[in-house]
Amino acid sequence: MAGATAASMATPHAVLEGVTRIYPGTGGRAPLHALGKIDLALARGEFFSVVGPSGCGKSTLLEIVAGLQPLSEGRLVFEDRPVNGQVPDGIGVVFQEDASFPWLSVRDNIAFGLRHNGMDPAEIRRRVEFAIGLMGLREFEGAYPAQLSGGMRQRVCIARTLVLQPRLILLDEPFGALDQQTRLLMGDELLRLWRETGATVLLITHALDEAAMLSDRVGVMSARPGRFLEIVATGWPRERDSRIVEQTGFAEITGRLWARLREESMKAMAADGRRL
Amino acid sequence: MRRVNWLRMAVIGVAVALIEALCRGGVIKPFTMTPPSQMLADLLPLLSSAEMLQHVAETLVNVATALLFAIVVGFLAGAVLFVLPRVRRVVDPLLSSYYAIPIFVFYPLFVVLFGLNRTPQIVIGFLLAVVAMIINTLNGFDRVPPVLLKTAKVLRMGRVATTRRVFLPYATLYIFTGLKLAVAYSFIGVIAAEFILSGAGIGYEINFAYNNFDNHVMYPLIVLIILISTFINMSLYAWEKRFLERQTGR
Repeated sequence: MAGATAASMATPHAVLEGVTRIYPGTGGRAPLHALGKIDLALARGEFFSVVGPSGCGKSTLLEIVAGLQPLSEGRLVFEDRPVNGQVPDGIGVVFQEDASFPWLSVRDNIAFGLRHNGMDPAEIRRRVEFAIGLMGLREFEGAYPAQLSGGMRQRVCIARTLVLQPRLILLDEPFGALDQQTRLLMGDELLRLWRETGATVLLITHALDEAAMLSDRVGVMSARPGRFLEIVATGWPRERDSRIVEQTGFAEITGRLWARLREESMKAMAADGRRL
Repeated sequence: MRRVNWLRMAVIGVAVALIEALCRGGVIKPFTMTPPSQMLADLLPLLSSAEMLQHVAETLVNVATALLFAIVVGFLAGAVLFVLPRVRRVVDPLLSSYYAIPIFVFYPLFVVLFGLNRTPQIVIGFLLAVVAMIINTLNGFDRVPPVLLKTAKVLRMGRVATTRRVFLPYATLYIFTGLKLAVAYSFIGVIAAEFILSGAGIGYEINFAYNNFDNHVMYPLIVLIILISTFINMSLYAWEKRFLERQTGR
C-alpha cells in the first residue's frame, strides 16, 4: 500500500470536519484558541503522523480524537459514530509520559484493561502471552515498572494498548524520552505491529525523521492555533523499516517537512518570547 | 541483618549499657531511675499480674478504638475533600494549622460532654490521629499522575473503578504514612489523657507510680509502652518496605 488508497479513503475510519478547540477564558483571561480548524480523513489501516511546532495543539488534537477532550466546534466521526468528549470503543492511546501502573508487574499491567473489561481469564492469558512475546518482554514479565528502563516501560504501555486490539491507535510522542538509536528500533517494532494488527495509527511527534520514516502521510501543523498547512504523502510501501532512511526519497520528504515547519517553529518561538 | 541495622542496634545497646553503668555506679540515684536490667526484671512480674494486664488491655482497646475511628473518618474525610475542591479550599488552612492547637485543653470539656469514662481518652486519641489521616489521604490522591487518570479514561473506567483500581493503589503508600502517624498520635493521645484524669490504663498506672515514687512500676511500664510502639512501628515498617521495594525497585 502506498499511502491511503482511494478505496480505503472512500470509507474513512475517522473523519474530522472543522474541528476546533477553544479553552474558555478564566480569571479575566481571554479564551485560548488552541486548535483548528482541522479537516482530516484517516483511511482504515493508514499510518498518519502529525508534526508541528511546540504548543501548536498536536496533543490537543490527539486527545480530541481519543474523546478525552470535547471539541468546541466541528464534527468528529469514528467508525460512523460521532465522538465528543467520550472515549469510543476501539481506540487505544499510548502517551508520552510513563503510564505504567507502578504497583503492578509487567504481566498485570498488560492485563489491566482486559481484566477491567471482565474478559475470560483464559483469553486474557492468551492475549497477554502474545503481547509479551511481541514486545520482547518475556524476560521481564514478573518485573515491576521501577525495575525497567524508560524504553521497556513504554513497551509495556504499548503492549497494554495492543492486547485490547484497538482499531485506531493514537500515539502521543511515545518515543519522546528515548535516545535516537532506540527510537529507530522502536519505530521498526511499531511498523511491524502496525502491519500485524492492521490498525489505523495516528502518531504525534516532534521528530521529522520519525514521521517521515513511519508514515503513509504526514500532516504539518501551523503554530497555534494549529491547523494543517500541508499533508505530505510519503509513498512508502507497507513493508518498510528503518532502513528507509538510507533512501534518497527520505531526505527529500524530511526536507519538505522542515521547509514547511521552519517558519512556523520560528513563529511559535516568537510568540513564546524565545530566541534562537 | 544489614550493617546499618547492626550499627543502629549497637548505638541503642551502648546507650542502654551507659545508663546501666551510671545507675549501678550510683551516678544516677535509684530515686531518679532504676537500671535498665532492673526495669526488665520488674516488668515480668507486672505482666503476670491480672490487674496490670487489665490496665494494659484498657489502654490498647482505647488506642485501637481511637485509631480505627481515625482511619475510617480520616480516609473518608480526605476522599470527600478531594472531590469537593471548594470545601477543601475553606478547610485547608484549618488542617495545616491543626496541630498548633493543644487538643488536651479540651479534655475537661470532653469529660463534661462524655462523662468520666474511657470516651474522653478515645476522643483525644482520635482527634490527634484523624488529621494526619486526612492530610495524607489528600496527599496520596493529589499525587496520582494525570496520565494514569487519562489511561483510566481511555480504558473507559467509571469513577468507582478508577478510585478502586487507580487512586487507591497509587495512594496506598501515602495513606500508609498517615496510618503510621495515626498509630503514634492515638498512642500519645490516649496515654496522655490517662495521665490527666483516669482511673485505669497504662498512663494512669504510670502517673500513680510517679506520684508514689514507685520506680519499680513506673519505669517497667514506660519500657512496656516503648516495646509495644516499637513492635507496631517495626511491623508497619516491614510492610511498607516490602511495598516500596515493589513500587520503586529499591
